[in-house]
Amino acid sequence: MVSFIVRRVLSTLPVMIIVAIVVFAMLRLTPGDPAVVIAGDQATAEQIARIRSNLGLDLPIHVQFVTWIGQLLQGDLGISIFTNMPVSTLIAQRLEPTLMLSLTTICFSVLVAVPLGVWAAWRSGTWTDRVIMVFSVLGFSFPVFVLGYLLIYEFGLTLKWLPTQGYKSPFSDPVGFVRSIIMPTITLSMIYIALVTRITRASVLEVLSEDYIRTARAKGQIERKVLFRHALKNAAVPIATIIGIGIALLIGGAVVTETVFNIPGLGRLVVDAILRRDYPIIQGLILVFSFTYIIINMLIDIAYTFFDPRIRY
Amino acid sequence: MSLSRRDLLAGTAATAATAALPSGPAQAQSKRNVLKVVPHANLQILDPIWTTGYISRNHGYMIYDTLFALDDNLKPQPQMVESLDVSGDRLRYVMKLRDGLSWHDGTAVTADDCVASLQRWGKRDGMGQRLMAVTDKLEADGSKNIVLTLKRPYGVVLDSIGKISSNVPFMMPKRVAETPADKQIEDTTGSGPFMFNKANWKPGNLAIYEKFKNYVPRKEAASSAAGGKIAKVDRVEWYTMDANTAMNALMSGEIDYWEQVTPDLIDVLKKAPNVKIENLDPTGNMGWARFNHLVAPTNNPMVRQAIMKACKQDEFLKTAIGNPDYYKLCKSIYPCGTTYESDAGFVDQNLADAKTLLKQSGYNGEELVILQPTDHPVLNPFCQVLAEQIRAIGINVKLQAMDWSTVLQRRASKEPNDKGGWNMFTTWWIGGDTVNPLTGVGFGATGEKGWFGWASDEEAIKMQDAFANAASPEDAKKAATALQQRLYANGHYVNLGMFFVPVGYRDSVKGMIRSPVQFFWNMEVAG
Repeated sequence: MVSFIVRRVLSTLPVMIIVAIVVFAMLRLTPGDPAVVIAGDQATAEQIARIRSNLGLDLPIHVQFVTWIGQLLQGDLGISIFTNMPVSTLIAQRLEPTLMLSLTTICFSVLVAVPLGVWAAWRSGTWTDRVIMVFSVLGFSFPVFVLGYLLIYEFGLTLKWLPTQGYKSPFSDPVGFVRSIIMPTITLSMIYIALVTRITRASVLEVLSEDYIRTARAKGQIERKVLFRHALKNAAVPIATIIGIGIALLIGGAVVTETVFNIPGLGRLVVDAILRRDYPIIQGLILVFSFTYIIINMLIDIAYTFFDPRIRY
Repeated sequence: MSLSRRDLLAGTAATAATAALPSGPAQAQSKRNVLKVVPHANLQILDPIWTTGYISRNHGYMIYDTLFALDDNLKPQPQMVESLDVSGDRLRYVMKLRDGLSWHDGTAVTADDCVASLQRWGKRDGMGQRLMAVTDKLEADGSKNIVLTLKRPYGVVLDSIGKISSNVPFMMPKRVAETPADKQIEDTTGSGPFMFNKANWKPGNLAIYEKFKNYVPRKEAASSAAGGKIAKVDRVEWYTMDANTAMNALMSGEIDYWEQVTPDLIDVLKKAPNVKIENLDPTGNMGWARFNHLVAPTNNPMVRQAIMKACKQDEFLKTAIGNPDYYKLCKSIYPCGTTYESDAGFVDQNLADAKTLLKQSGYNGEELVILQPTDHPVLNPFCQVLAEQIRAIGINVKLQAMDWSTVLQRRASKEPNDKGGWNMFTTWWIGGDTVNPLTGVGFGATGEKGWFGWASDEEAIKMQDAFANAASPEDAKKAATALQQRLYANGHYVNLGMFFVPVGYRDSVKGMIRSPVQFFWNMEVAG
């Protein structure tokens, strides 16, 4: 196992290098120039050229790349072209809201979706199953922002139970955190609940037809234990996979929810940076997202060994 | 029928607005010393001299002060200056600083600081560069007197030093002002009514300004950028958020003030309890469709004239703004209602004449490229109307859709259309930037050294000089009018009219200042 982890960590290096090169090249090929955004609407071409030169954006691309890689090797993600702040600081400012939103979303999704999926499998072909699957399809097809605004309308504007926007840290304001995270969590969870419910249902349904389940029932095992001890555990590998992918996608993919609820997370940071062509932020964030994705995949692989002892690395 | 995201939101929010909401949430009422604001943009750059971005300018007004400032009538008034002594030959200006002015770090504001600040501004700003070109010496005389000696009389010295919009000559400590003009400053020490809380700045989310308790305001009442700047709240917080989120937050009382309500959400907010919508900007915004004077077919003056005759201002404003309360037909290149307003030379729509002109121009079907920023709520419809109106006279129009950042890059291209060039783009200027022939960078006609479009016209430059050197207000008005006529005749750009972006605020907020620029002094959150 240790050698597996070491091998997986080492294997991230070439992936990260490829990601770095691709991201750098793609950004430089994308139309847009941070210097013109910085200079503002009234600036002349001459002024823009001076800013570009000052920022080193007029240097040959390979020189810019080598400079950036050199910084990366020293653990420096660079400085934001616009704010003059270190990219690492900007990411650190945004990390907590995104992690918290991802955590609450995954917890809520798993708590709701796994029992629903198991229930649907257990009641396969009945009205219960059909209702759960209809909600699952709705969860997939309902746009996140529509659900978000509907919740805001009902619970923020009409009932006034919850704030319509903003984020409070659980470390400084636990009550405020709970109030501010409820609606974004529900909004963002819908698609994951739908996804995990369907995967759980399919996996459990497959396992329920196995001989050992029949044997467990024949031995007089109660149905709850059959479902959750025998069926669910053996169906856990695909469920764990989809949950892991969900976490990885959430880290960078919650931009719509972050925008609707004004949560200052990484998703909004990357979109703002793209709109302004703030290259160091985009490059730094994509590297962070890639690294997160690789690590989560590794953790999922490790988790498999717990769910299915036959799996060995 | 298709429903856009905005349509849906407007619908749900309109329903919400009609519901009986309690007046002012407890959360907002318990924080009377904090004014929570959604500004018009995300503050990313802290140096208002390095960039001309309006959000950085507004940040500048929070933390810096100016020697002179424009009042309600757009006339320069002393601000940091106590007295002004101008020599009889109009060559020597001595500006004496007021007593008690200090930087946020507690040190006194000196004439040396101001000289360094003016010099840095003079390297970046268009009006500043003009002023420095006629300046013989700019120096400090003791700690209080700033002495400006000119090579020749110059009519707009105070209008330049007191200019209201980007780049505003903000005063900074000498150590900060000595930063090269092409490098962004890092130290945000100012002497304005608020201090920037840089430690808690979260770009893209939150900017905090704390009241500067040692600020000594002028005794006069606040009047646009001039007069007494009294910070009536201890803290102003700027939150960056999406327009729909800002609307919800304003309706629920989580924010107090939204600087620019987007046109599609105005009607929703008008119906919301405890929320007010108001236009505080007397000079509004001026819409433009800019020509590229270097690239065919718009390098042909007759084609430009034909296009101007094809355009009808009313259609642009109806489409992009919609509500006539928030737009105004304006034939002047200067904001209507200001000193230099004039109808002289305006080109009215006449399709028959436009077609005739186009025929005479020799136009033979070349593609005319319009850069269309699809992410901009006003400029995008401007482009669509422009394309339709130009097509109506037989021009082969190609609308190229892109985001605003790409427009900003593409418009710098002087290449022909088949190599990434362009012929027209739409933009807007706040009225404060176009109040006279010199403030409007886009009025310039210095060719390839000038603003995008690169109009070249020696006569127009002479008219600008005549304005700068005008000996009397009458002469200045004459020069301004002549310039307008010249720009229209030369097909400088298409005037798309004047529009206003209202502010939205909770009815507990008082003391807003009417001005082309948003200021936060004088504002308070009442009980």
